Amino acid sequence: MDDHLELTAAYALDALEPQERERYEYHLATCERCREELASFWTVSGALAHAAGGPPPAPALRERILAQARSERPNVVPLRPRWALPAAASVAAVAAMFALGLGLWGSSLSRELDRERSARAGAGEALAIVSDPGAHTVAFRGAEGHIVVSDAGKAAVVLSGLEPAPEGKTYELWVVENGVFRPAGLFEGSDARLVQVLSRPVPANAKVAVTLEEEGGVDAPTGPPLFETI
Amino acid sequence: MRIRDHAHLSDEALVALVARFDEGALAELYDRIGGIAYGLAYRVLRDESLAEDAVQEAFLGLWRAAATFIPEQAKASTWILTLVHRRAVDLVRREERRRSEQLDEAPEASTGSAEDSAWLNFERERVQGALRQLPDQQREALELAYYGGFTQSELAERLGQPLGTIKSRMFSGLSRLRELLDDRAERDAWTTTSS
Repeated sequence: MDDHLELTAAYALDALEPQERERYEYHLATCERCREELASFWTVSGALAHAAGGPPPAPALRERILAQARSERPNVVPLRPRWALPAAASVAAVAAMFALGLGLWGSSLSRELDRERSARAGAGEALAIVSDPGAHTVAFRGAEGHIVVSDAGKAAVVLSGLEPAPEGKTYELWVVENGVFRPAGLFEGSDARLVQVLSRPVPANAKVAVTLEEEGGVDAPTGPPLFETI
Repeated sequence: MRIRDHAHLSDEALVALVARFDEGALAELYDRIGGIAYGLAYRVLRDESLAEDAVQEAFLGLWRAAATFIPEQAKASTWILTLVHRRAVDLVRREERRRSEQLDEAPEASTGSAEDSAWLNFERERVQGALRQLPDQQREALELAYYGGFTQSELAERLGQPLGTIKSRMFSGLSRLRELLDDRAERDAWTTTSS
């Protein structure tokens, strides 16, 4: 039995320990067979979800969710996403799938980033940030996306529709405080959509900026930001 | 706020609108999936307040990260329920007391509430029927993992089985369940198209 296929089943059931989960997600980023298998197993675990039964939620829950969503609506509405109102999924698209899994991991798992100084961010960490009830969102100006900053100051960047970085180049994230740029991770932008955890916290008065740099990244930006938070 | 009628849109189209922070689309998705999501979270957590937390956090995650959803990869409802389940198991794993209680009391099949739609009742029956066809040990492994929130290592320890045995039961159980559900889906599809 292929150990990875068994791990895929356990992953689809959320039955892995945190470290196993993270290791599996790294594997997933490079294994198309496991991605296809996971997509299929997720459909089965989704069916199990429908069969869970349980009581109906209190009506107040709906209002609470909508009220909190409303309260943190970024004040810049992104442009129309290029993938809005999708046509039926094509076979080719399905075959090319899961580079981002269910969208919550991506370039953060690239080998580039693996070597990158302090970044160690799997899907679980990104999900924890975007699901943090105390988090807030700040939109980017000049790009379709925003950052989500948790109560503790941990931040994830959510971007869509960004062109892949040119050959030999990489996007670099910066936390900008009082005009000082501190590196916060690299990404390739090779996927249309991205969630990535920043490798350093974002203080309340700081901005987040993105520049295009030589592969491997730099310690200080070599040019003005391509875009930054408002 | 503009009120728009989203009822005619697919779940996937609604997620695309949520990515543009369309509140009505979020409300419509909650109305479609919130009940199932809460039922799932409640089954895992056995606590109303924690179940509400899991659902709220997952829907806020959806609100903040909908732009990253890839419609070619999964149905939107599957994606959302995966977020909810992940939040629920993360929460239950912090609740040691609840978890020790849960082992003695295997999660029972619920019949759901009278308010559920006919479709949901049908789907629940279909999946529960398929679960009943699994060998007992495979069903036990799936139910304790998915509804109980136990990791495979915890299951091995608590059931007194080697880890390899637990892994194999979960894999075989999930694979068999997939076959059972596929068979039925194909039969249903055939019935629909031929009618």
